[in-house]
Amino acid sequence: MSVKSDEAVGSELATSLTINGELYQVEADSRTSLLDYLRETLGLTGTKKGCDHGQCGACTIHINGNRTLSCLTFVAMHDGDEITTIEGLASGEDLHPVQAAFLEHDGYQCGYCTSGQIMSAAAMIGEPWGPDDADVAEAMSGNICRCGAYQRIVAAIQSVRHSKEPS
Amino acid sequence: MRRFTMTRAGDVDEALRATQSAPSQYCAGGTTLIDLMRQDVERPERVVAINRLPLTTIQSTADNGLVIGALATNSDVAHHPKVRSDYRLLSEAILSGATTQIRNMATTGGNLLQRTRCIYFRDPHSACNKRDPGSGCPAIDGFNRNLAVLGASEHCIATNPSDQNVALMALGATIEVRGVSSSRTIPIDQFFLLPGATPDIETSLEPGELIVAVTLPPMPGWRSHYLKLRDRQSYEFALASAAVAVRLDGSTIADARIALGGVGTIPWHAPQAQSALIGKAASREVFRKAADIALRDARPQSENGFKIELAKRCLVQALIEVTA
Repeated sequence: MSVKSDEAVGSELATSLTINGELYQVEADSRTSLLDYLRETLGLTGTKKGCDHGQCGACTIHINGNRTLSCLTFVAMHDGDEITTIEGLASGEDLHPVQAAFLEHDGYQCGYCTSGQIMSAAAMIGEPWGPDDADVAEAMSGNICRCGAYQRIVAAIQSVRHSKEPS
Repeated sequence: MRRFTMTRAGDVDEALRATQSAPSQYCAGGTTLIDLMRQDVERPERVVAINRLPLTTIQSTADNGLVIGALATNSDVAHHPKVRSDYRLLSEAILSGATTQIRNMATTGGNLLQRTRCIYFRDPHSACNKRDPGSGCPAIDGFNRNLAVLGASEHCIATNPSDQNVALMALGATIEVRGVSSSRTIPIDQFFLLPGATPDIETSLEPGELIVAVTLPPMPGWRSHYLKLRDRQSYEFALASAAVAVRLDGSTIADARIALGGVGTIPWHAPQAQSALIGKAASREVFRKAADIALRDARPQSENGFKIELAKRCLVQALIEVTA
């Protein structure tokens, strides 16, 4: 479906987008954030609502491969986009390397921020950052962990980055 | 959030026409607008989604400057090879602001229109002359530690929060704008308006005008740097920042461009400080003299007097680093 230009109040704006490989046809109130659509309409509750202001990173997802905040965008602005949430990160039973590393390094306590941390980290390892722990801390500064599991989060991410380096 | 009509624009002309019938806001990355709509600070009747417009290109101009499409994301600009090589201060400024997630969404044109972080503006239950003209300014005599020491008026002391815009001010960028029946180029020196008696009017854009591109002049032989000072090392707005560009002839400063962030009601260009550097040999004393000139008209509020000395030291340090 290709939308050239259209407008609507309420639920008349048809949007079609791919989420974790499946095509969805959306008819949502124009105020609906992508985050609320994922959680409330589709029941994909792995993506968390922390602050709903773009400050905590708990709602981090990938849009067309880039990590972004699902709370600060309307679902109707994503016609044709490809979205990946934490539910779509693993390949079947095979965890994404970042998911496995968070388990291995115990990169969480309460777990509320964890899906956002993992989605952020999974994109971050493909971005141009320096090699040091401080570089990881800067790269991940958009994901807040109130439990303070930062050292283990950094360790988990570094273990994935090191395993990707040519030996 | 209040109800609004959403228009998804397929091209620039459709976007421009859509704003004619109701109080409208363009929505590009959404990082400022949607946050403020949720807080009931922004109340557009129509939101014109422009995120699909073909305005994302970044390319060299015929004279070896650079034209940046208004919808190029902050990440795309910061990591662009020519920005990294010829306009280092812009790359550094953008990467010093927000987080990767936000920089992946926020756009060049949207960042130019970023709203202040003044807590009274962002709280619809407070008076604020910027949000609700004539209601007063509780920031004067209130919580103003983060607010402006340059360019304030008795009606508003809010700081422009952007890092990108400070770099663009130092570079002397020009803003390419389209209206329904016109197009024009606005030098960045004439883009941002001091608050005066109308702090709700922040730029020289006419209602409905759309930013389509930002053009940077060629900077052959220049070095540049952005230094930002803040309460924490990451994901924080500037208390003071300095965007500096210099062209050196040996150790003599042949030309200089300076803008300050975090201290002004607008990104603060300092032409007299530039003049104080040109023709002089680079030295800490010369830099300090220029910094004193840049902050000569600064006036402290009740909580932010420290910013005046902080901004001076920030500028001196930025100049030391860029000339080293």
